[in-house]
Amino acid sequence: MLSGKIFGALAGAAVVALAATGAVAQPKDKVKVGFIYVGPVGDHGWSYQHDVGRQAIEKAFPGKVTTTFVESVPEADSERAIEQLARTGHDLIFTTSFGFMEPTLKVAKKYPNIKFEHATGFKRAPNLSTYAAKFHEGRYIIGQIAGKMTKSNTIGYVGAFPIPEVVAGINAFYLGAQSVNPNVKIKIVFANTWYDPAKEGDAAKALLDQGVDMLAQHTDSPAPIQAAEARGKFGFGQASDMERFAPKAQLTAIVDNWSDYYVARTKAVLDGTWKSEDVWGGLASNMVVMTPYKNMPDDVKKLAQDTEAAIRSGTLNPFKCPVIGQDGKEIECKGKGALSDEQVLGMNFYVKGIEDKIPQ
Amino acid sequence: MTTFEAILLTIVTASTPLLIAALGELVAERSGVLNLGVEGMMAMGAACSFAAAVTFDSTLLGVAAGMLAGALMAALFALVVLGFAANQVGSGLALTIFGLGLSGLIGAPFVGARRDPVAPVDIPGLSDIPVIGRLFFEQDLFVYASIALTILVAIYLTRTRSGLTLRSIGENHTSANALGMPVWRVRFWAILFGGACAGLAGAYLALVYTRFWSPGMTAGRGWIALALVVFAAWRPGWLLVGAYIFGAATVLQLHAQAAQFGVPSQLLSAVPYLATIIALLLLSLRHGRAIGAPGSLGAPFVPDR
Amino acid sequence: MRFELTPRTNVSPVMRALAPVAAFIVSFLIAGFVIWLMGRSPIAAFEVYVTQPLSDPWSLQELLVKATPLALIAIGLSYCFRANLWNIGAEGQYVIGAVLGSWLALRTHGTEAGLWVLPLMLLLGIIGGALYGLIPAFLKTRFGVNEILTSLMLVYVAQLILDYLVRGPWRDPKGFNFPQSVTFDPSATLPPILEAGRVHYGAVFAATAIVLTAVILGRTLFGYRLKLTGDAPRAARFAGFSSKATTMSVFAISGGLAGLAGISEVSGQIGQLQPSISPGYGFTAITVAFLGRLNPIGILVAALVVALTFIGGESAQIMLKLPLDLTQAFQGILLLCVLAADALVSYRIRFVARGGGK
Repeated sequence: MLSGKIFGALAGAAVVALAATGAVAQPKDKVKVGFIYVGPVGDHGWSYQHDVGRQAIEKAFPGKVTTTFVESVPEADSERAIEQLARTGHDLIFTTSFGFMEPTLKVAKKYPNIKFEHATGFKRAPNLSTYAAKFHEGRYIIGQIAGKMTKSNTIGYVGAFPIPEVVAGINAFYLGAQSVNPNVKIKIVFANTWYDPAKEGDAAKALLDQGVDMLAQHTDSPAPIQAAEARGKFGFGQASDMERFAPKAQLTAIVDNWSDYYVARTKAVLDGTWKSEDVWGGLASNMVVMTPYKNMPDDVKKLAQDTEAAIRSGTLNPFKCPVIGQDGKEIECKGKGALSDEQVLGMNFYVKGIEDKIPQ
Repeated sequence: MTTFEAILLTIVTASTPLLIAALGELVAERSGVLNLGVEGMMAMGAACSFAAAVTFDSTLLGVAAGMLAGALMAALFALVVLGFAANQVGSGLALTIFGLGLSGLIGAPFVGARRDPVAPVDIPGLSDIPVIGRLFFEQDLFVYASIALTILVAIYLTRTRSGLTLRSIGENHTSANALGMPVWRVRFWAILFGGACAGLAGAYLALVYTRFWSPGMTAGRGWIALALVVFAAWRPGWLLVGAYIFGAATVLQLHAQAAQFGVPSQLLSAVPYLATIIALLLLSLRHGRAIGAPGSLGAPFVPDR
Repeated sequence: MRFELTPRTNVSPVMRALAPVAAFIVSFLIAGFVIWLMGRSPIAAFEVYVTQPLSDPWSLQELLVKATPLALIAIGLSYCFRANLWNIGAEGQYVIGAVLGSWLALRTHGTEAGLWVLPLMLLLGIIGGALYGLIPAFLKTRFGVNEILTSLMLVYVAQLILDYLVRGPWRDPKGFNFPQSVTFDPSATLPPILEAGRVHYGAVFAATAIVLTAVILGRTLFGYRLKLTGDAPRAARFAGFSSKATTMSVFAISGGLAGLAGISEVSGQIGQLQPSISPGYGFTAITVAFLGRLNPIGILVAALVVALTFIGGESAQIMLKLPLDLTQAFQGILLLCVLAADALVSYRIRFVARGGGK
C-alpha cells in the first residue's frame, strides 16, 4: 500500500545529501500531531478534508494522540506557524499545501528530531516526507461517465489555476471521455481561485450557457455542481461528497481521503518505525475514493465500476502510452507502458482533441 | 433559452449583490459618511442570514436576520464615528476586520448545511416575450427588489424633502446644522440603511447565489461595491450601469475562456477591474473635472459652539 | 436624549498617550468576556496571547519579522493619510515592487553578478512600487478620478500580473512546472541581521523610514505642507502649496516604501517569487497606520502590537484551540476602541436631555 516513489533521485541533490542518518526512532506512548492548513477548516474542500483526516487520528488512538491545527495560514508567512508547532512539542507535523514546501524544509532542518510531512511537494529530507494523491485516476473514471452520458457532446471543466495537477486532471478527464466517445468536445474555464463560491458558480454557468451538459470541477466549493443541478445538468463532486448540495446532479464524487494515510503515519511514529518516504496514493490505497455511482443508467454504472476496478488492480493507467499531444505527436513515454510519474506531476500540455491552449 | 439570454441572466444575478450593497453605501456617503465596512457588514449578513434560514427553515427570516445583522454592525459604526467623531476610514476598516472575524464564529456551526433554491418569480405572460421576457420577468425577487430599490433611492434623493436634507448635510454639515437640520439623526439612519443593504446583499449571496455558507464567501465584493459608488459619481442611475458593467465583465471573461480565445486567463480576470478604471476615466473626461463627491464626505462632524 | 460633542481646548500629552492604553484594556476586557462565553479561561488566553510571546526570545524575534513589512508600508501610508489621500492600494504597490526587483534577481540568476545586484534590486523595488502608486495619483490630479477606487482596483491587477509571471514566463524551468520562480542567488538575497536569525535588513529600512519620517514631519516645510493640506486644504492653497505636487509626492513615497517592503520580503524571507507573496500586508498596514494614529512612533508600536496579535492568534489556536476568527474579531475591536478613545480625548461628550432645540 501507499507506494510509488515520486521523483526518485530527481528530488534535489542538496536535500538528499542531507540524508546523513535520520534520527533513530523510538516507540512512543504519546504523540502530538500538528496540522497547517492553507484555508479555513470550513472551506468544505481541501482543508476540510485534511481536517477530517486529523479527526480520524484522534478517533484511532484514543488517549494516546492529541492533535492541533492552525488554519488559514498564508503561504508567504507560514514558516513561523510551522515552527510554532515544532516548538510546542509536536512529534509529527503535516503541512498541507504546495506553497508550504520551502518553509517546511527550513523548519525540518532546524528540528531534526521532529517528523514532517508535506503534501503535494517534491523536496524531502531524512525527517521530511512528501505525499500526494493521484486524483487523475478518479478523473479518468468521471471522464468516461461524462463521455457516455453527454447529449450535447460537449463536456465542461472548471479549473482553479493552470498548474500541472489541474492540467493532468483535465487530460485524464478528457482521455476518459474520448475512450468511450471519440468525438467529444471539452470546454475549460479557469476561475483563477481555489475558493470563491460565487465566482466558481459563475464559471460553471458560463460553461452551461455554452452548451456543456456534463460538468467536472477542480475548485473546492459545491457551487459549480449546484449550478449544474439548477440547470438540470450533471456534475461530479470534488474533494468531498457533495451529494447533499446536488442530489440529482452528482453522478459521483472524487473524495480526498487522507484518513488512512494519516492514521498509518501516526501509528508509525508511535511504533518508532516512521521513515522519510514519498507516497503517491491513488484508488488502490484508498487515498482517492469514489462515492457511489448514481443518477446514471446501469450500463454506464457498470463501465465506471469496471474502470475503477481496472485502475485499482493496476491493469489500467489513465496515461497509458501512446499519449498524443495537441500537435498530433506522441509524447515520449518515460514510464513502463505509461507516462512516468514525473511526466504526470509536471504536466504542462493538453492531449490531442482539446482545442483550448493552456494559458501561460 | 438562447445562449445570449442565458448570459444576460447570469450577468444580472452576478451584479445584483454588488448593486444592493452599493446602493446602501451610496445613501450613507450622500449623507457625508464614508463607511469602508461594507465587506464586514456583508459577511455578517451572509452568516446571520444563513444561520437564521437554516435554524428556522425560512428564507424570509433569513433575509430579515441578514439585514438586521448588517444594521447592527452599522449601528456600532455609527456610535464610533458619530458619537465619538472618530476617523471614518479607520473605523470602517476596523468594522470590516471585525465583521469578517465575527461572521466566521457565527457561521462555523453551519458549514456543510444547505438551502433549497429560491424559486424565481415568473410574471405570467410577460416572461414569454422573446429575449427580454426571461431577462426582466423571470428573476428571483432580489433582482426586482434591487431595481425597485435603485428607483426608490433615486426618487428619495432627488424628489423628496428628506432626501434634499440628507444631501445638504452631506454637502456641508456645518451650514446644514446652522440651518437647523438634524445632522446626527439623518446620518445615523443613513448609516443604518447602508448596513441593512449590505446585510441584504450578504443574504443574497448566501441564500440565493450559493445557498451554502463558507468563511470569507463575500470574497471582496464589499470593496467592489464601495468602488462602484465612486464610479457612479454618487448617483443611483449610474450605479445600476456600473454594477452591470462590472458584472458583465466578470461573466464575459469566463465566457471568453470557454470560447477558447487563447488569451491568458489572468488577463481576462483583470478585465473587470481595468474596465471599471477605464470607464470611470472616460466618464470623468466627459463630465469635466469635478465628479460630485459629497462635500463633507469622510469628515467628522463637530458643531461649532 | 441626545449627545453633543465639544472639542477640548487643552489636551494634555499624558492623556493622549494614555488613550490607547485605555483602549487596550477595554478591548481586552471585551475579548476576555467573549472567551469566557466560549467556556475558556480568559486568563489563560491572555497568557498565550500576550505574556508568553513577550517573554520568549524566539517570539520576540518573530515579532520583529512580522512587524517589519507592516511598519514599512504603514509609515508610507501615513504620508498619504495625513494629506487626506486614501491610498488603499499598498498591497498592489508591494507586489509590483517585489516583481520589478525580482526581475533583476531572475535576470542575474546563475551569473557571477556581484554585490551590485542587491542594492539595485531594492532600488527597483522602490521604483516599481512608486510608479504603481503614481498611477492613481496621476489619474486623480489629471482627471479627477477618485484614488480609492483606482488604487484598490490596481491591487487585483497587480496580483494577476504576478500570477501570470510565476505561472508563465518566470516559472522555474526545473521546478516541475509548479508556479514559482527559481530560488534567488545569495547575491540577490537580503541577509539576516544576525547570522542565525530570521530578522533581515528590512527591519533596518523600517527603522530608518520611521526616524526620517519623524524628522520630515516635525522639522521640514514638506511636513508642514502635508499637515496643512490635510487639515485645511484651502489654507494650503492660499499658502501657495500645489495640491497636485503634494498628491504625486505622497503617493510616490507610500508606493515606494510598499515596494521596498515587497522586495525585502521576497528576497529576505521567501527567497523566490510565488503566486502569493503577501498575507495581506498592504491591507493590514492600513490598520497599523490608524492604530498608530499616523504618528511615526505610534506606527512602530502599532506594527508590533498587530504582529503580536497574529503570533498570539496562532499560539491560541495551538494551545487553546481558539479559532482564528476570534483573533480577527479582536483586531477589529481593538482598532475601533483606539479610534474611539482618541476621539474621546479630543472631544468632550455631553448627554443632553431632549427638549429645547431638536
